[in-house]
Amino acid sequence: MAMDNTTSYSGLVNQGNLPDKPAPINTEGLGPWVRDNLFNGAFNSVLTISSFLLVLYTLPSALNWLIFNAVWSGGSDACRVNPDGACWTFVGSRWEQFLYGFYEKSERWRINILLAILAVGIIWLAWEKAPAKKLMAFFMLVIFPVFSFFMMYGSETLGLPIVETPQWGGFTLTLVIALSGIVASLPLGIVLALGRRSNMRVISLLSTIFIEFWRGIPLVAVLFMATIMFPLFLPAGVTFDQLLRAVIGVALFASAYMAEVVRGGLQAIPKGQYEGAMALGLPFWKMMRLIILPQALKIVIPGIVNTFIGLFKDTTLVLIIALFDLLGIVQASIADPNWSIKSVPYTGYAFVAIVFWICCYSMARYSRYIEDKLHTGHKR
Amino acid sequence: MRPFLLPTESRMANNNSPSSAGVAPAVSFWRDPDKRAIIYQVIVVSVIAWFVYSIINNTATNMEQRGLASGFGFLSTSAGFGIISTPFVPYTEESNYFTVFLVGLVNTIIIAAIGCLFALALGFVVGIARLSSNWLVQKIAIFYIELFRNIPLLLQILFWYSAVLKPLPGPRELHEAGEKVFFSINNRGMIFAEPVGQPGFENVWYTFFAAIIVTWVIKKWANARQMKTGQQFPMFFVGLLLIVGAPLITYVLTGRPLDFEPAQMSRFALQGGVTIIPEFVALLLALVIYTASFIAEIVRAGIQAVSHGQTEAASALGIKPTHRMRLVVVPQAMRVIVPPLTSQFLNLTKNSSLATAIAYPDLFSVFAGTTLNQTGQAVEIMAMTLAVYLTLSLLTSGFMNWYNSRIKLVER
Repeated sequence: MAMDNTTSYSGLVNQGNLPDKPAPINTEGLGPWVRDNLFNGAFNSVLTISSFLLVLYTLPSALNWLIFNAVWSGGSDACRVNPDGACWTFVGSRWEQFLYGFYEKSERWRINILLAILAVGIIWLAWEKAPAKKLMAFFMLVIFPVFSFFMMYGSETLGLPIVETPQWGGFTLTLVIALSGIVASLPLGIVLALGRRSNMRVISLLSTIFIEFWRGIPLVAVLFMATIMFPLFLPAGVTFDQLLRAVIGVALFASAYMAEVVRGGLQAIPKGQYEGAMALGLPFWKMMRLIILPQALKIVIPGIVNTFIGLFKDTTLVLIIALFDLLGIVQASIADPNWSIKSVPYTGYAFVAIVFWICCYSMARYSRYIEDKLHTGHKR
Repeated sequence: MRPFLLPTESRMANNNSPSSAGVAPAVSFWRDPDKRAIIYQVIVVSVIAWFVYSIINNTATNMEQRGLASGFGFLSTSAGFGIISTPFVPYTEESNYFTVFLVGLVNTIIIAAIGCLFALALGFVVGIARLSSNWLVQKIAIFYIELFRNIPLLLQILFWYSAVLKPLPGPRELHEAGEKVFFSINNRGMIFAEPVGQPGFENVWYTFFAAIIVTWVIKKWANARQMKTGQQFPMFFVGLLLIVGAPLITYVLTGRPLDFEPAQMSRFALQGGVTIIPEFVALLLALVIYTASFIAEIVRAGIQAVSHGQTEAASALGIKPTHRMRLVVVPQAMRVIVPPLTSQFLNLTKNSSLATAIAYPDLFSVFAGTTLNQTGQAVEIMAMTLAVYLTLSLLTSGFMNWYNSRIKLVER
């Protein structure tokens, strides 16, 4: 029976081998990669070729100017001879001023110590597995600012000669303004964020007005107010240092942005956390301190870092009120007649751009990294 | 035992607790959150009132001591300084300070409006390029974004102004005396021939407006037809053809009633023509390039926020790839994009005040800068300037909120 079946269907069963199928289109290696990623379709090919030409046109000349054709040694004469390359000797001969401003030469070790502590503190806090992080955070946010003030400004009792703030400048001043702005704005921002979400109508209204006012005006206006209006607001006889006024302005400005960042974090905490804390009978501040804020602040770390990046870049605006931060001091050095060479302004700007870029980009990468770590949802 | 009370938000607890029904609550005054809240608020309000009062008081005393004038009388005084660019507002050196204010306001609005428009366009292009399947285009977009958003805006403004535009050759090096110049870029700015409408040119405008109305009517009809029959109409091309083509045909038929009057080179400078000053170009370039790098990231995040299932479902329904982007992905992405986009527009508007660093005559530069220096009336001038920026902020966010509420997801 079975045999019969086989024979009757034998015409439908293939006896020999089928001819080989064509090989699959290669998906490995450079050629296919170029085809899939650069030349899939006419439109993409045109895009690829035109952007390749763009790169070909800009990249070699940029690299030549920055590195290969640049002047790396010699004085201003070397730059005068070669105007078609960056004049890095200009930065080389001025780097101390760019870093320390007009700070007394004999007292610059004080800044060096502070920079070293700052570097250690930042690495400590950014490094995840570091021990005693809470202690370190407390040190960096509370003790270090006070310590730095006495180190920078000086104190007779400690035997450190006083260095007046008009002598501060350069990258140090940039750091002073940005760091004190962020350290002061963090607690203020938290209070404002809590105020805005408060059930007390008046407090929430006042916080909202404060936040929206500072967010609605440009930082230049804040700095102008700090220089021109601030002395009018104070009782006669009371004067404030110009730098301190600018820092207060920057801190108030930053606190409004910080408040919005923190508010985002507070809103992201599920209501059950609040209700749970209340059910346990925790008073408001204990609930905030022990339950809500630790969670909320953790998820807004990227936001805080981003606010800091914005603030860090915005410190350059102080040059408008005649404080010499990094950009201000480079701008002033460019005008030096000894260095009136065609390539010097470009070099100066390029140098400031590189410094800011490195700082901001590394902070942005860190914030991205934290964000990715916190973001455990579905990703594609 | 004292009654159990929620420490905060206890309005509910208070109302529901049996004690408040008739018997006097066995809560001490300090432990009642409602009363405590009132006390807190009274304290805060009185501290702030005292603070504001002492500031006003100090300011009044200080101004009196320094012999500073107060009041808005200075606005009608003649300003006595020239401004390099005064579009729409007639201005001479004899004009009063209020005219200066208006000139600055107009300049600020112009730079902010044009800046927002260009930044949005560039940001969208870069944001989409950032998601391109083309490896090279994607990398260039990433490079652009990471390069420009990590460099301070002020540095970029100074760079464009004093390192790119100012070293350009002057008009004398480019043109001979008496030469007629139709287009020129030099260190005095961008200069091009001024279009002057001859009699009969108004017909072109009429045709233009008529074409817009006709396009709108056709769109209504096309929509109605598509709803009824499902047939589509090539609205984009027809509309483009009408709005661009019809005025062009009128222009040619009426004998091309538009003359371009070139600028003429005198001994030192170019006379006539339309000039766009280098300060404007530098500020616009910097603002657009900087803000676009942020907008690009917002656009990328918005498009990525649309679940991939949406794209797959659209493909499964057989929707064309171009339509899939336009009808399915972008409308949903806009919901994510619009709120942060609003704050970028606000940032651009506020950042336009950096004009003061290169002396582009925006509100801040001519009013809070020059006028304040000349009159010394800091309080009034800063109040007016801040009021303008706050109003612009409110208007922009009001408009964007309206737009957002129009496009946002309708839930239950």
